[in-house]
Amino acid sequence: MTAPEPTRPGQVHSPATDIFETDEAITVLADMPGVRADALQIDLRDNVLTLTGRVLRQEGNYEAELLCEFQPSTFYRQFTLSERIDQSKIDAKLTAGVLRLELPKIERAKPRQIQVRTG
Amino acid sequence: MLVRRVWPGRPTFNASLSDFEQARQEMLRLFDSMANESPTSPSGVFPPLNVGQDEDNVFVRAEIPGINPEQLSISVLRNRVSIAGKREIQLEQGRAAYHRRERPEGSFSRTLTLPVEVDAERVDARYADGILTLTLPKAEAAKPRQIEVRT
Repeated sequence: MTAPEPTRPGQVHSPATDIFETDEAITVLADMPGVRADALQIDLRDNVLTLTGRVLRQEGNYEAELLCEFQPSTFYRQFTLSERIDQSKIDAKLTAGVLRLELPKIERAKPRQIQVRTG
Repeated sequence: MLVRRVWPGRPTFNASLSDFEQARQEMLRLFDSMANESPTSPSGVFPPLNVGQDEDNVFVRAEIPGINPEQLSISVLRNRVSIAGKREIQLEQGRAAYHRRERPEGSFSRTLTLPVEVDAERVDARYADGILTLTLPKAEAAKPRQIEVRT
């Protein structure tokens, strides 16, 4: 793993991710169960997209543990984007633990037909 | 007597060696699968569950991201809890080209046997941030009782 080690203890998981691309945008969908919007960081710089989501420990009364198959952990993943992204139009939505990130591409100059006039 | 061979035999002079090699490969594959397995679901089951209890309730939490709560079916009978459902991922229509498709979909079902009986009538289920939380009040008969000592 090339990523720097986190200072906070706990497990770091790579979220399961779907990525698809259309002519207009790249869309990233990532499963991050337990992550709330205020604990999710999305960072895009130098064409590297970084997703970091922290699951906060469930507050509540003292409970005796009977079975533990998942723990409050951190979701972390980086992607390199080959397309130029319009930073001002990025849209991120977090619903039921799934992040949907729309990364619109910068509009290229549209091909234009040039009429040649005869004079 | 019927003898079932674990590995298909090879009628060559080094058959024993190739059997051994195959066993070795199988071991390596097993080790690899263990190393790659996500620690969230140690036995490859879905959804991963956490179960806890305090004096009055049993809590069951399940990591089920991105599901419509109406697609969940939860049933409780005495000390058995079943969680079943279906996760559907709608593919993008049109000219979308997929680079990665890792998010799992499909039906799932798990049944748990709790250490105590619970009151099925008062079970509370909540779904938030991709986590399903069941609060199962313990049945009155299952609660500890203080016994007074007579002198």
